[in-house]
Amino acid sequence: MSVRDQQLQAFLDRSPFARFLGIRFEADGETLKTILPFQDKFIGNQAINAMHGGCTGAFLELTAMAQVYLSSDMQRPPKPINLTIDYLRSAKGEDLYARAIVHKLGRRMASVRAEAWQGDDPDKVVTALQAHFLVAEDG
Amino acid sequence: MSEPTERADLMLQMIKQNAKRIMSTVPWAQALGFELTGIEKGRAFAKVDWREDLVGDPDTGVIHGGVLTALLDNLSGVCINTALKKPMSMATLDLRIDYMRPAEKGRTILAEAECYHVTRNVAFTHAWAYHETRERVIATAAGTFALNDITRWASGNEAMELANKMLGDSQ
Repeated sequence: MSVRDQQLQAFLDRSPFARFLGIRFEADGETLKTILPFQDKFIGNQAINAMHGGCTGAFLELTAMAQVYLSSDMQRPPKPINLTIDYLRSAKGEDLYARAIVHKLGRRMASVRAEAWQGDDPDKVVTALQAHFLVAEDG
Repeated sequence: MSEPTERADLMLQMIKQNAKRIMSTVPWAQALGFELTGIEKGRAFAKVDWREDLVGDPDTGVIHGGVLTALLDNLSGVCINTALKKPMSMATLDLRIDYMRPAEKGRTILAEAECYHVTRNVAFTHAWAYHETRERVIATAAGTFALNDITRWASGNEAMELANKMLGDSQ
């Protein structure tokens, strides 16, 4: 684990909501893969055993935030400005994975896309998120 | 059978009578402590109390944005129910969230959602999260939801299923 990975891990360990979700990550250089081990509380629709859109959304927001953090030299995690979530498929009641690409990292803003999948095909995207983060430390 | 307006009124009445169950049957809404506080035609209101385990950044005590996303998503879905003439199930197509300012530590977050247009297949919503009044908005949401025949795609929502039983044949 690099120093930067350790800093990210330390933040996630300290963040109550990240612990509430139980989010984990693996980093290969600056490339991040996040894992959300399934819990019953994530369900939004019991009749079809589907995860709540707000849960997949929160997971993707954290993934995008973590990727911006890893791609930058920020001291503190970036703040979200806005985000758009596309619900492409219903997320089943099982583990969820995600990755993110930072399309633009400027002095003040970062633009990121994050995608979540289930099973072993990352190209079969369940939910996608496009977000802007404030990366200026004085923001 | 009854006229469409009467059916819409009956639908709203049923949802009001079962308001408590609408969010309590959603595990993620329960886990985060969402509470439905009011329903009108095309509108819904809810709140979530500040809780330590919902905080994103422990240094500031600010509730994580993901909690607001879930709240506005859920409430937008509920407000669509009140705007429909017959029971339908819905799935979020997309949701856009703008974060205006951080939620303050220790304060309850209020939310309201409005369904401002419905077509055969899609419902359009706006939603707001704030402290006390809409003057100080924490976040806004714009959502689109795909509407589905409830008999084809079970909703798991008791109030909707009850309404479906009573209104389902009167299309």
